[in-house]
Amino acid sequence: MELDDSKDEIAFRDEARRWLEENVPKNALPSGDTQEGFALHVEWEKKLFAARWSVVSWPKAYGGREASLVEWLIFEEEYYRAAAPQRVTQNGIFLLAPTLFEFGTEAQRQKLLPRMSSAEDLWCQGWSEPNAGSDLAGLKSIASRDEARGGFVLSGQKTWCTRGAFCNKLFGLFRSDPTAERHKGLTYLMVDLGAPGVTVRPVDRLDGDAGFAEVFFDDVFVPDDGVLGTVHQGWSVAMATTGSERGLTLRSPGRFVATAARLVALCKRLGHRGHSVDARLRDRVVQAYLDAEAYRVYTLQTVTKVTSGAAIGAESSLNKIFWSEMDVRLHELALELLGVRAELVEGAPDAIDGGAWMKGFQFALAGPIYAGTNEIQRNVVAERVLGLPRAAAK
Amino acid sequence: MRFAFDDEQLLFRKNVRDVLTRVFPATQLRQAWTSEIGRSRERWKALAELGVVSALVPEAQGGLGMTELDLVLALEECGRVALPEPISETAAIVVPLLRELSNEAARGLLARIACGAVIATVGFESERYVESAHFADVLVLQKGDELHAIEGKSVRLQAQRSVDGGRRLFSVEWSPASATCLARGEEARRVVAAARDRASLALAAELVGLARCMIETTVAYAKVRTQFGQPIGSFQAVKHHLANAHLEVEVAAPMVYRAAHSIAHGTAARSMHASMAKARASDAANAAARCALQVHGAIGYSFEHDLHLFMKRAWALAGAWGDAAHHRARCADVIFGTNDL
Repeated sequence: MELDDSKDEIAFRDEARRWLEENVPKNALPSGDTQEGFALHVEWEKKLFAARWSVVSWPKAYGGREASLVEWLIFEEEYYRAAAPQRVTQNGIFLLAPTLFEFGTEAQRQKLLPRMSSAEDLWCQGWSEPNAGSDLAGLKSIASRDEARGGFVLSGQKTWCTRGAFCNKLFGLFRSDPTAERHKGLTYLMVDLGAPGVTVRPVDRLDGDAGFAEVFFDDVFVPDDGVLGTVHQGWSVAMATTGSERGLTLRSPGRFVATAARLVALCKRLGHRGHSVDARLRDRVVQAYLDAEAYRVYTLQTVTKVTSGAAIGAESSLNKIFWSEMDVRLHELALELLGVRAELVEGAPDAIDGGAWMKGFQFALAGPIYAGTNEIQRNVVAERVLGLPRAAAK
Repeated sequence: MRFAFDDEQLLFRKNVRDVLTRVFPATQLRQAWTSEIGRSRERWKALAELGVVSALVPEAQGGLGMTELDLVLALEECGRVALPEPISETAAIVVPLLRELSNEAARGLLARIACGAVIATVGFESERYVESAHFADVLVLQKGDELHAIEGKSVRLQAQRSVDGGRRLFSVEWSPASATCLARGEEARRVVAAARDRASLALAAELVGLARCMIETTVAYAKVRTQFGQPIGSFQAVKHHLANAHLEVEVAAPMVYRAAHSIAHGTAARSMHASMAKARASDAANAAARCALQVHGAIGYSFEHDLHLFMKRAWALAGAWGDAAHHRARCADVIFGTNDL
C-alpha cells in the first residue's frame, strides 16, 4: 500500500494546479445549461483542449496525455479545487468515449474522438423516452434497416437529453428488432442532430435553465458507421457506459471534496471557526466532510483494483448511490447554514456566493434520479453484488 | 499511489480466518458468554502461534516486527467472529505502546507477551473500565501523567456487566509504585495519546469485521427464509436495507485501512485518520446491526438466535474508546482549525 503521490504524480499535480491557477476564469461563467453560457463553456473547453487538459487519460493521438487513472483523479481534484467551469462536454467524454474505446471501430475512434476532445462535436445522451425511464429496456424509438442506403431510419422520441438543445450529436438506444426479447433487439446509434427529420425542443429544468431537450426523429437516416458495437447488441454496449457513468468517471471525488471544503468555509464564515453555528448542525457538517473524504479513499481503492486489471461492474452502483446522496446532503446543509438567505438566488443583493448553493442544491437533487435512479441501483447492489434473488415474475 | 494489501498481508488474514474457524467454532461464543472466565488460554495460544499476538513486537524481543497495516486485516477477522479475547488490547494497544518506550521493563514485557506467556490489557482514565482485567497477567494502567504495568494478581476488581456477555469489563482499584512505573510526564502523555489512536484503529477494524459478518449472515437468511411464497430477499424493501448496510461497510473499510497505513507510517494526519475510521466503522456496524435485526425479524429478536451476540458486540465496540460523535468532534477540531492534525 502506497498512499502518497509518487514523484511523477506530484509533478503532474503541480503542473495541473499551475495551469488552472493561471487559466480558470476569475469570475464564474454563466450557467452552461443556457444558450449563452454554453457557448462560453465551449470556449473554455477549447482552451482546455489546446493545453491538453480536456481528456488527460486518453491516448495522445486523440488529444490526451496518456495519464494514469490516478493522475486523472489528481487532475479532477485540482480542477474542482480551482473551482473551474462545469464540463459541458462530459456526456461525450465520460459516457460515450469509454464505450467507443471498448466497442468502436478504429475508423470511428479516429473520426469521433479528436472532434470530441476538442469540443467540435458536442454530444448528448438519448436514452430515456416518455415511457421508458427506469425501465429503459421498454424504449420504443425504432431503427428500421435501410439496406439500399446502408444504414438505419429512425423514428420516435427521446427525452431528458441533457444540454440536447445546444449539442450537435446524440448517442442513444433504438429498437432495431421489434420481434426480439426486449433487451435483445436494441442498437446503439450515434446520430447527427443536424440530419433531416430531427427536431430538438428545449425543455426547462427545475432551476429554469433549458438544460434538457426532447428530440423527435421523423425518418432520420443514420449511416452504418453510426452503429456502435454490433447491431441488436445495443443493450450490452450501453451497459458498459452505465458502468462509467455511475462509477468513477462521471463523478470523481475531487468534486465533492471541493464542495465539502466550501461547506466548511461557509460554516466558518457564518461563525468564528464554526462555533456560533448550532452544535448539531456543525456535527453534520463534519459528517458530510467525512463522507467526501470516505468517497475519496474508497475511490483510491477502486482505482487500484481497476489498474490491477479488475473490472468494476455492479459495484459501480455503490459509488452512484453514495456520491449522489452525499451531494444532496452537502447542499442541504449549506442551505440550513444560510438560514433566511438560503432561498436568495442570483441577482438578489444579499445572496451568498451569488445563490450558488441553491443552484447547486437543485442540481444535486437530480443525482439520485439520473444515470439510473438510486432505487434501481440498490436493486443492482442487492442482486448482483450481494446475490439476492430477483423478484418473482407476476 | 496504490491502495491494496500485498499478498503476504492477505495470506496472514487467510491464516487467521482459517485458524479461528478451527479453534473458535460459533458454539464457543455462547460458552464464552456463560462460562465464568469467558476467556481461553487455549485460544490465546493459537493466536500467539499464528503471530497475531506478537505481530507488532520488534524482532529483537521475539516478535514479527510487523506494522499496523499488516495486522489490521487480522483484527478484522477477530471482529468477524466476535472473538472474546483481549486481542486488540494486547496486540494492538499494549504492544505498540511498550514498543515506544525505551526502558528495560517495557522490553522485558514485550518479550513475555511475544511468546504468549503474558496476556495484557489496558486501562486509561478516559475509558473508565478495563476489558479482560480478570484474565490479564499484566494491566497497563494510567494515573494522571503516569503509566504503570501492574500485575493481574495485585489489583482489586469489580465486575461491570456489559450488554455483550462476551465482553468482561471491570473497575480496577490499584496502587502505583515506583517499581511499576513505565513512563511519566510528557512521555506518558505522548504514548497514551498514540495508544488511543491505535485503540480507535483496532476497534474500527473489529467493527468492520462484525458488520461484514452480520450482513453476510443476513443475506444468507434472506435467501432461504420464504414468505408469500418467495424468499424475502427478493422483496425490494429488504434488498434496499441490505444494500444500504453493505454500502456503509464498503465505504468504512477503506477508511480503516487508510488509518492503519497512516499509523504504520507515522503520517502527520494519523490521529485524524484514526478518528475518521472509528467514527465511520462505528456507524457502519450499528447500521449493519439494525439492518440484520430488521431483516431477520422476530427470530433475530430471540435470545436463542446467534444474531444478538454479534449485534451486542457491535453496540459495545461502537461506544468503546470514543463513539462516532466523539471522534467526529475530534475531526471537527482539525477541520475547523482549532487543532493541528
